[in-house]
Amino acid sequence: MGLARGIPGLLRGSQGCLWTLGPARGVLGLLGVSWYSHWSWGWLGGGHHPQPPRPCICHLSIHPPVCPSVAHSKFELYTMEWSLKEDLRDCMVAAAPYGGPIALLKNNTRKEKSPSARPLLEIYSASGLLLASMPWKSGQLVQLGWTASEDLLCIQEDGTVLIYNLFCEFMRHFSMGNEVLQNRVLEAKVFHTEYGTGVAILTGAHRFSLTTNIDDLKLRRMPEVPGLQKPPSCWAVLSQDRVTIVLLAVGQDLYLLDNTSCSVVTPPGMSPSAGAYLQMAVSFNYRCLALFTDTGYIWMGLATLKEKLCEFHSSVRSPPKQMVWCMRPRSRQRAVVVTWDRQLMVVGNSTECIQFVLDEDSYLVPELDGVRILSRTSHEFLHEIPEASQEIFKIASMAPGALLLEAQKEYEKESQKADEYLREIKDQKLLPEAVSQCIEAAGYEHEPDTQKSLLRAASFGKCFIDKFPPESFVRMCQDLRVLNAIRDYQIGIPLTFTQYKRLTVEVLLDRLVLRRLYPLAIRICEYLRLSEIQGVSRILAHWACYKVQQKDKSDEEVAHAINQKLGDTPGISYSEIAARAYDCGRTELAIKLLEYEPRSGEQVPLLLKMKRSKLALSKAIESGDTDLVYAVVLHLKNELNRGTFFMTLQNQPVALSLYRQFCKHQERETLKDLYNQDDNHQELGNFHVHSSYSEKRIEGRVGALQNALDEYYKAKNEFAAKATEDQIKLLRLQRHLQEDFDKPYLDLSLHDTVSNLILDGHHKRAEQLYREFKIPDKRYWWLKISALANRGDWEEMEKFSKSKKSPIGYLVRAF
Amino acid sequence: MAFAGRRDVPEPPDFGILKRLARDQLIYLLEQLPGKKDLFIEADLMSPLDRIANVSILKQHEVDKLYKVDSRPALSTSDQFCFLVRPRIKTMRYIADIVNADKMSGRSRKYKIIFSPQKFYACEMVLEEEGVFGDVTCDEWSFYLLPLDEDIISMELPEFFRDYFLEGDHRWINSIARALQLLNSLYGPFGKAYGIGRCAKMSYELWRDLEEESEGDGQGRRPEIGNIFLMDRDTDYVTALCSQVVYEGLVDDTFRIKCGSVDFGPDVTSSDKSIKVLLNAQDKVFSQIRNEHFSSVFGFLSQKSRNLQAQYDRRRGMDIKQMKNFVSQELKGLKQEHRLLSLHIGACESIMKKKTKQDFQEMIKAEHSLLEGFDIRESTSFIEEHIDRQVSPIESLRLMCLLSITENGLVPKDYRSLKTQYLQSYGPEHLLTFHNLKRIGLLTEQSAGETLTAVESRVSKLVTDRAAGKITDAFNSLARRSNFRAISKKLGLIPRVDGEYDLKMPRDMAYVFSGAYIPLSCKIIEQVLERRGWLGLEEVVRLLNGNEFSVSDSSVEDNPAWESQRIVLAVFLGGCTFSEIAALRFLGKERGCKFIFLTTAITSSARMMEAMIEAKA
Repeated sequence: MGLARGIPGLLRGSQGCLWTLGPARGVLGLLGVSWYSHWSWGWLGGGHHPQPPRPCICHLSIHPPVCPSVAHSKFELYTMEWSLKEDLRDCMVAAAPYGGPIALLKNNTRKEKSPSARPLLEIYSASGLLLASMPWKSGQLVQLGWTASEDLLCIQEDGTVLIYNLFCEFMRHFSMGNEVLQNRVLEAKVFHTEYGTGVAILTGAHRFSLTTNIDDLKLRRMPEVPGLQKPPSCWAVLSQDRVTIVLLAVGQDLYLLDNTSCSVVTPPGMSPSAGAYLQMAVSFNYRCLALFTDTGYIWMGLATLKEKLCEFHSSVRSPPKQMVWCMRPRSRQRAVVVTWDRQLMVVGNSTECIQFVLDEDSYLVPELDGVRILSRTSHEFLHEIPEASQEIFKIASMAPGALLLEAQKEYEKESQKADEYLREIKDQKLLPEAVSQCIEAAGYEHEPDTQKSLLRAASFGKCFIDKFPPESFVRMCQDLRVLNAIRDYQIGIPLTFTQYKRLTVEVLLDRLVLRRLYPLAIRICEYLRLSEIQGVSRILAHWACYKVQQKDKSDEEVAHAINQKLGDTPGISYSEIAARAYDCGRTELAIKLLEYEPRSGEQVPLLLKMKRSKLALSKAIESGDTDLVYAVVLHLKNELNRGTFFMTLQNQPVALSLYRQFCKHQERETLKDLYNQDDNHQELGNFHVHSSYSEKRIEGRVGALQNALDEYYKAKNEFAAKATEDQIKLLRLQRHLQEDFDKPYLDLSLHDTVSNLILDGHHKRAEQLYREFKIPDKRYWWLKISALANRGDWEEMEKFSKSKKSPIGYLVRAF
Repeated sequence: MAFAGRRDVPEPPDFGILKRLARDQLIYLLEQLPGKKDLFIEADLMSPLDRIANVSILKQHEVDKLYKVDSRPALSTSDQFCFLVRPRIKTMRYIADIVNADKMSGRSRKYKIIFSPQKFYACEMVLEEEGVFGDVTCDEWSFYLLPLDEDIISMELPEFFRDYFLEGDHRWINSIARALQLLNSLYGPFGKAYGIGRCAKMSYELWRDLEEESEGDGQGRRPEIGNIFLMDRDTDYVTALCSQVVYEGLVDDTFRIKCGSVDFGPDVTSSDKSIKVLLNAQDKVFSQIRNEHFSSVFGFLSQKSRNLQAQYDRRRGMDIKQMKNFVSQELKGLKQEHRLLSLHIGACESIMKKKTKQDFQEMIKAEHSLLEGFDIRESTSFIEEHIDRQVSPIESLRLMCLLSITENGLVPKDYRSLKTQYLQSYGPEHLLTFHNLKRIGLLTEQSAGETLTAVESRVSKLVTDRAAGKITDAFNSLARRSNFRAISKKLGLIPRVDGEYDLKMPRDMAYVFSGAYIPLSCKIIEQVLERRGWLGLEEVVRLLNGNEFSVSDSSVEDNPAWESQRIVLAVFLGGCTFSEIAALRFLGKERGCKFIFLTTAITSSARMMEAMIEAKA
């Protein structure tokens, strides 16, 4: 891989030409143009846009450095599309980090109860496109916030938290507990830690309650602050060593609340005359803390309160509207952005500060690597300029990247200066650094043209290096293509490169899916060649789950459309989609979708849920998984009445046998009912015979056998009836014998009974049995001769031999 | 025979790994319950467990005391109980009783149930109903396959036969599919698969499904077992019902081989104690006589003892050095052989004694005429007399079944009278046994006025009906006929005898039944392997009630040079007998291929009959 060696002539040509990334990579396409316009899948809501995508207006303005080596810049991400009538200050605002959506609650302050004056909840993309809106009908809202998965948290005064998705669809709600309900919510904050999204509440009783993860709700009531009579002037949630704590300021005192105790803390290096705390800010990563006092003093230090980083004396003494940290990961420069009504100030480790005048009401959104500034008309990003960009764009910079960029520009002008610049870099052996610098800097640029010129420079420089590994360049081209696509105002996710890398592409895809931007998500998967199961299949499944909610299409249409699109893509579970369809109340559609599910076992749980028990049973049997059959049978047993249950089983022999096996050992009476239901007299007879075994008393046994006898007659099984009758007769006889001779006769076979009688010399009784049970002559002779022989009763033998002719001769083999 | 020259029989793959896997997993599971624990073992898992791990291994992993399931723990003070059981409802109740008793007395212990080879939902259901589900933890010991010998693998599931064929319980099919999956993962894919029978088909299909779901990594592996043949026991009951006359079969019939070993009692050892002997290829004496017809065993043994004597005799005239050599190197082996020889001679004597007592010759004669279909009346009277004289309840039952199955059911008069006689001789409780035998198709009544052709047409209709729809029916034995006579004619199962059949130099597989009958199951396997499919056997298949299949795995390279092409895994669902094993070993030698046996359990006529008897209580 790698770029065409030698002359980078391939790159020449008209603006916006195709970038060749080498034969294996193929055509990259124009970075700046969104895929959006190429997208032709009809099923995306809003596939056609009303106006051509407008270029982002970007002014890279470098301000005098806060400290000698750092500069901050502010540029516009979007001009806002939302054409707000209200001032931002009249709305409750919540914007999700990582370029997330913005929630606005209008008219919240008005207290009239007339329905027309109901507050309006609106959700916008970061570019100000309306995603959804709804009148707020629930209780008084105190705070809005976003979860890590971009669900909207609406915290009510009574401590109830309602969760809505991006499209104002209600998901669920939970309560922050009785204590909160009683004392009402004074203030609330939504925070994010490694445990998930948390909510902290300050109640009317000046107590704090919090949960660190709303998905695994565990309410924690923080200890009381001694002597706290009025609400704290400011407070913040900190996360240190996996413990969530609350820091609050009352006048000149700072308190730290952990799980068990409340302690007073003093920040190191805080001047005693600093005054009372008005505002505090915790950085995105919870590492830094800034405190603002009523003397205009700003303390900046570690959140552990172990070290002061710097301080600043501002001339403003009024409480700031917002104060947030603005820093870049791994950068040693830290700055805090403070806003008042018409003023924005960036302060850091320097006596100087940068000041902006705010034309309109603005709202700050802290980000991983900077601050977003929202106002009625625009959406800006303020950040510390990364080192690579500074090196290249600093005026009169001689950094290798700057020289390379210059060289490439000259080369395009076909000027020999190109060679001079190149030579200068090469002489210092800094060409690889120059290329890397250009690639890195390209990542930080939001303007495609600047990205392109930097990448072009990198690509140009690469040609003069043997074996420059192409991965970083290719990766960056891919990343930028993805980023440019999602930054488009139609999509409105203004992720920076740093944020994108932290967020990962998987999460980004999830977010696109959440916004129902399925085609874009799929294109990104395909472009990045993600594995089907991770990428395309997952998105298609989400799409299908959304598709089934479209009520305006018929079941057939939807099922067909889904099958057309999904086919048998690996990793697609039709049963999951069907489950979603069922949740939306479309049972018929769910059944249609289930038919596409190749694994019959997967269909069963949903079929059961939909009360298609019989179908579920046959599918379970089809799957060959007997455990599943058992599960269905048990379900049916509880769901249906006994009669219907048995009837269902009768039609499914496999299930019936399994259930019978279970009953045989666990509930024998059910077995009887089963046979009764089916009029299976033969089995009923067997059942009674079987129960006769366990009867201890002879009357019980005879009774059970009598039952069996009746059933055998009903079953027209004469043989069994006769045999049972004989058995009853034999049992009764044996009992008499036992009483008469005081010897065990019970449970002997007929043969053995007669034989024993002869052995004991009761020839009369033996004779009686012989006649009564119609013992065949052959057998009788056999047993009599052998018994007599055993007894050694030759006299009787002689008598017997004379009575009749033996049917078997007298040579008894037993001898 | 079809092949021009005999080729060397290929070596079977090493199945020792199955044991090692099972042992490692068991140890892992035991370690999951750290600390000292008492182990309760299901009675019929004891012998298989013995082949996998001995007591000292169990002790190493902190097993304190061993109990047999179904005997109450006397006074166990252990805080941890571990149950190693089959997934049976009865056992679950036993465990639940222990747990509940502990609860009543306020004792708290840890309980762990290890199911072998797998857990069934019904078991959990019972635990739940008994209210102990939360008190126990469950695990599975995937001990599906126990290699009994270098060519025999047993699943040790004797209950499979009754559960599936009598009760229509399909639970074990999953276990079979998993066992096949295990073999497949260890020994590569099977190139060709053949089978007959409903269970065979279902197991095969379920196994394929499992393979597809797991997206097996065995792809592209070189197969170690080229062919697999699955067969349901109900395809051929006749063979299993015949008296066994090869040595190994006779030993099994007489002494019961359990898990590859046998307990020779005092009458064999000619001492006052029993000796447990492992019967496998390692036993030098046994391995030479196991497949022989009993009539030639004595001759062989006496020859062997003469040889042995000669070897002993070499001592005379040795000098010191030679003598030292002899003692250190040969004597031990000779002594070992000597010991085994005397044991087997003792066993032979004991067998002879028992068989003479039972008029073995007469019985064999009756069996042979049943197989050939001559003198049915005479055989019927023989059976009647057998019953009247109370020779043996199991044997009588076996003969009745053999009569029924070879004759496509008994004439109504005989059916009734034989059953009556039987009940009088052996007790009325066998009424239920007869019901079971009827249901499974082993002892049935000919319907009046039905000629063979009428039966056949009905059967063929049934077959087509079945083929049309998916099989969801639990039983198939109810409606089926054995058609033994017709099949026997088609496949030539009764060899034409010109003069005496030389049992010492057998010509065909019939030798395992004294030359009177070629085992049907083995004949089918032979025919299908020879034809590489069922082509030309349509009529036989129809008579056998269909459900045959033959599949070649296209992903497996077909290289005739590979030895694995000549290795056949014969899977018997419902058990196989030692006679069948001997017959196929013979066939393998003739054809230069190696048969490996996978069976749900080693079976015999007696085991089959016992499985049909309805247990009291």
